[in-house]
Amino acid sequence: MSALMKPNETPDTAMLQAMAARLRGRVIEMSHAAQAAHLASALSCCDILSAAYWHALRIDPANPADASRDRFILSKGHAAAALYAALAFRGYYDPAILDTYCQDGSKLAEHPPALGLPGVEAATGSLGHGLPIGVGIALSARIGRQRFRVFAVLSDGECNEGSVWEAAMFAAGQRLGNLCVVVDYNKWQATARSNETLALAPLRDKWAAFDWDAHEVDGHDVADLARRMAAVPDEPEGRPVALVAHTVKGKGVSFMEDDNNWHYRAPTAEEVRQAHLELGLG
Amino acid sequence: MRNEFADELTKLGDTDPRLVLLSGDIGNRLFDKFRAKHPDRFINAGVAEQNMTGVAAGLAMSGLRPITYTITPFVTTRCLEQIRVDICYHEAPVMVVAVGAGLAYAGLGPTHHACEDISFLRSLPGMIVCAPGDAWEVRAAMRAALLQDRPVYIRLGKKGEPLLHKDVPAGFAFGKAITMREGDEVCIVSTGNMLPEALHAAEDLAKHGHSVRVLSMHTVKPLDAEALADAFRTCRVVATCEEHSLIGGLGAAVAEWLADSGTAAPKGGFVRFHTGDAFFRLAGEQDYAREQLGLTGHQMAQRLERVLHGKAAA
Repeated sequence: MSALMKPNETPDTAMLQAMAARLRGRVIEMSHAAQAAHLASALSCCDILSAAYWHALRIDPANPADASRDRFILSKGHAAAALYAALAFRGYYDPAILDTYCQDGSKLAEHPPALGLPGVEAATGSLGHGLPIGVGIALSARIGRQRFRVFAVLSDGECNEGSVWEAAMFAAGQRLGNLCVVVDYNKWQATARSNETLALAPLRDKWAAFDWDAHEVDGHDVADLARRMAAVPDEPEGRPVALVAHTVKGKGVSFMEDDNNWHYRAPTAEEVRQAHLELGLG
Repeated sequence: MRNEFADELTKLGDTDPRLVLLSGDIGNRLFDKFRAKHPDRFINAGVAEQNMTGVAAGLAMSGLRPITYTITPFVTTRCLEQIRVDICYHEAPVMVVAVGAGLAYAGLGPTHHACEDISFLRSLPGMIVCAPGDAWEVRAAMRAALLQDRPVYIRLGKKGEPLLHKDVPAGFAFGKAITMREGDEVCIVSTGNMLPEALHAAEDLAKHGHSVRVLSMHTVKPLDAEALADAFRTCRVVATCEEHSLIGGLGAAVAEWLADSGTAAPKGGFVRFHTGDAFFRLAGEQDYAREQLGLTGHQMAQRLERVLHGKAAA
């Protein structure tokens, strides 16, 4: 029997919030050090990552290839920095590796790599790929008579991709109840408001119409996210779960929140200091 | 080749529990036997090839050995990015199996023709590109694919092609050409469903006293450099033969090998038979299309005869 973490019934809200703040602080440092883009996209999903990695997921970082582990796929691969920090803090590898983010010769590229880092289940970055791969992994549980869950975090801009909706129809048709999508619905894509680009709204209704068990949730309520993700069944039978998580792009830092310039901008040293103060990491 | 593919799938599925078939809503009744025996391992993925390919990658990452299957353009170019990223970048051992190579479905029009697929898939890192010459080679390729852990592209013709071997070719391996007939004056290097035409051409030339070697170069990537080196060293004229564009297919791969290896072109010439760089826009079935493009065995023999006599440029 593997040493997979059994989630507690009741999420430790204070701990999850503290982990999310720690992730945000590290991601901001990484963006500054590397002068790398997509900081605001990473900040908007830190609560989702905290709820997943510190409560919901049945994982054992010491045994990252355990066949019965839950899988977590960051389909919005441009938020890689947040995933790298979560995996490091969760014990998949030495957090010192985070200092190599985007440096020459590092495995920590701007998008999560294939075959290179423990805990990274799939290389993402080209949008609309993570969910179909996750659907295949969820389907493998039925064929191989395994019990695990698959979680895929998508961005709202990513929902522009037709492959997302192909996968949504397929997963519902196959009744992959062991699959959960979390849409990090921060209302922005790279260059515009997401609902002024393509007609996404009503987004929960779209997932529901595709026969998913779809819910609108607060994407910054770590306790609610943790409970809902932990409750996803490990039986590949039933409607897959979609959590349309309302988020704020750049969440956690007043001067970054809902300002889409931070899709591409990287912070100065002074901005890092201010952000850390706001996050209570001073 | 199609029916033998389904038959071999059923046989292999009995002994290999990793085998999963994903069909892009094609092959009506073709997979009934496999489906009846292994209902959990037959998936109709619908007309959604991007998802089908990503799902296959996810299955392969989880220890299974999926096959994606539909008409060539839809299982290759329609979902090329998924093949590139989900399969090849992850080195996921998926078998991409295409039916309707080249002009096999000529009558369905250019949307269903497949004269660029080898070119696209050959450029993807880690991908093995295999175009079997008959149904026995199809069976051999499927068995070989399951014995290794890399992505493989298998390009089928359609149904009812002539059988050119008597059994599964002994010693079949990706990257190792099969000598279909020996000869030392002309060598026709054929890939995929053109093999019967290549053999016809060889017979025609033999009637005129020429000694013709025919290689079934079923694997376009990796090429059999040893067999090529021998052909170019021995024969006065070397020809490639494929139902594929002149860009990026077998002929192009051999030309690249020729340049990279520093091999001298043969004295008599190096000839490439292919479908050109154009859509075949006319109605008509495969035989008609081949004739229009100069790809019948007889036409190829005539051209090679002229080349041998120095009456035509290679």
